[in-house]
Amino acid sequence: MAEFLQFLISGLTVGAVYALVALGFTLIYNASGVVNFAQGEFVMLGGMVTVFASAAGVPLVLAAFIAVVVAIVIGLLLHRLAIEPARGASAVTLIIITIGASILFRGIAAIIFDKQFHKLPGFTGETPINILGAAVQPQSFWVLGGAAVVVVALYVFLEHTILGKAVLATAANRLAARLVGINTTTIMAIAFGGSAAIGAIAGILVTPITLTSYDVGTLLALKGFAAAMLGGMGNPVGAVIGGLLLGLLEAFGAGYLSSTYKDAFAFLVILIVLFVAPQGLFGRRVVERV
Amino acid sequence: MVTKAKLKTSLVAGAIVLGVPQGALAQDTIKIGSVLSATGPASFLGEPEDKTLRMYVDKINAAGGVNGKKIELVIYDDGGDANKARTFATRLVEDDEVVAMVGGSTTGTTMAMIPVFEDAKVPFISLAGAIEVIDPVRNFVFKTPHTDKMACEKIFEDLKKRNLTKIGLVSGTDGFGASMRAQCVKVAPNYGMQIVADENYGPRDSDMTAQLTKIKNTAGVQAVVNPGFGQGPAIVTRNYAQLGMNNIPFYQSHGVASKSFIDLAGAAAEGVRLPAAALLVGDKLPESDPQKKVVTEYKQAYESATKQPVSTFGGHAYDGLFILVEAMKRANSTESEKIRDEIEKTRGFVGTGGIVNMSATDHLGLDLSAFRMLEIKGGDWNLVASGS
Repeated sequence: MAEFLQFLISGLTVGAVYALVALGFTLIYNASGVVNFAQGEFVMLGGMVTVFASAAGVPLVLAAFIAVVVAIVIGLLLHRLAIEPARGASAVTLIIITIGASILFRGIAAIIFDKQFHKLPGFTGETPINILGAAVQPQSFWVLGGAAVVVVALYVFLEHTILGKAVLATAANRLAARLVGINTTTIMAIAFGGSAAIGAIAGILVTPITLTSYDVGTLLALKGFAAAMLGGMGNPVGAVIGGLLLGLLEAFGAGYLSSTYKDAFAFLVILIVLFVAPQGLFGRRVVERV
Repeated sequence: MVTKAKLKTSLVAGAIVLGVPQGALAQDTIKIGSVLSATGPASFLGEPEDKTLRMYVDKINAAGGVNGKKIELVIYDDGGDANKARTFATRLVEDDEVVAMVGGSTTGTTMAMIPVFEDAKVPFISLAGAIEVIDPVRNFVFKTPHTDKMACEKIFEDLKKRNLTKIGLVSGTDGFGASMRAQCVKVAPNYGMQIVADENYGPRDSDMTAQLTKIKNTAGVQAVVNPGFGQGPAIVTRNYAQLGMNNIPFYQSHGVASKSFIDLAGAAAEGVRLPAAALLVGDKLPESDPQKKVVTEYKQAYESATKQPVSTFGGHAYDGLFILVEAMKRANSTESEKIRDEIEKTRGFVGTGGIVNMSATDHLGLDLSAFRMLEIKGGDWNLVASGS
């Protein structure tokens, strides 16, 4: 039981981060049809800027705030300088642009910061909490709670604000949205800024557990993308569930099966799901709703 | 007032006068080549090696050179790319006509360059870690860094002294971790070690509690060894403490032997043991230690010249360069084959990596005394007194 609980909490903590990355993918995908492979770099920026700002003597809360702002600015610049000028290009071209952007961000981060690994202190100490025999880092609760807050905030924004509805409208049909007077360029900018902020928050929450460096984004983008595909690309609920599921698959795979093949195991399950339901677990519902 | 024409004449004259001895000087230099990964993903290896070679060649030349001849150092940067390394190796042999080579930052670049130097019969002292470089022994290939096999043996030796024989392995799946894990599995029976748990983690994984929980729940595990490199071992160490496993002795490898590991793992690193080169604990070595002088001098020279903390990788380049210089002095020649023979005869050379005794069958020449067993206490390395 203690063992099961240990795997469960490990899986959920890692899964919550994948879920946040997947949410970032979803938001931009919904607004623009682009899969933004620079999403992992926002996570990196969140962690790295916080680390370096707090090392420079800025209080942690302020450092985290600065990191989110920096990520948002970079997200907006990415949209303004790279995505917007290529507006008419095909989705594949835009995806390649985001891959280029991610390499650029990584390179710049390696020069501005450094190539070392860095850590942040746990927000509320680092003494493990014992839950029915499972040892849990207090930071895990921050990650899970933070992810829940982001998900709820995003839901409220999309479903209960005019601006959010405008994002959904742009996602459904860009031309029609423009015809009813929605400034789709602004909406796209909001989507890029928003997913940059979500990525940065994920980076800040998780750095005390996983450490960070200039190149943590690559793998997180891959895992977040897999989570988004598993849940159904474009569905926020699917993104969250896909992320948590992927984290759990890895933890239970490593715990009960073989740690050598845990990634292979997780991706095998994803492949099977996509064979059976090519739209992902929740993909179809979105299509019907639209 | 000097007219333009006069100035021109004197410049030409000056060039002629200066030019002749320069040509003659070129005959009196010894060309040593190097191909290093000074940039790219392996720059943490190549950069300190590059700085070390340049710094010490300048020092040797300032002190009069070798056998009255100045050393001319030709360094190429392969960026960690084995293809480029091979191209540069060919250039060193064919165009630059170097008498010997000290370089090859990674195992990949070294293995790509070996055939070039073997064919050209030019001695090649590699700075790469893997045992494949010198096993099987190749005529013209030598190396200075310790092997992962030695790290395993050092750990097992320590475990044996503590009467612990049932161990769990938790290894990274990156090149370093996988290679060391394989070596540990191979040499374990020689020390009566029984591997009762064998877990792996991806080099970029962010949580290893699942693997450690499995090891924790395996009956009879008396110690855990973590072959790994980079941030993985730091996370493993943190998870180890999180799960309250500190009562089981925990060993890291020489792959984490840098201050940043202690910083990243924090309080969780207390009590962790690892084998490491003497260079890391130069100031803690007793005065009687034969390596004390070499490592403290190198550390001081490197840190004052580069303003960066010393790394064992730069030390490998130091060892390679001086093994070569000593061999050239003994050979009193710049013929590659004579230098090769003398490198193989290196005995009792005190370097930063250990005391080197090469032979026709051992082109590394280090034994287990090259590694020191350290324990992290109070956020710093401490030498483990033998038998404790």
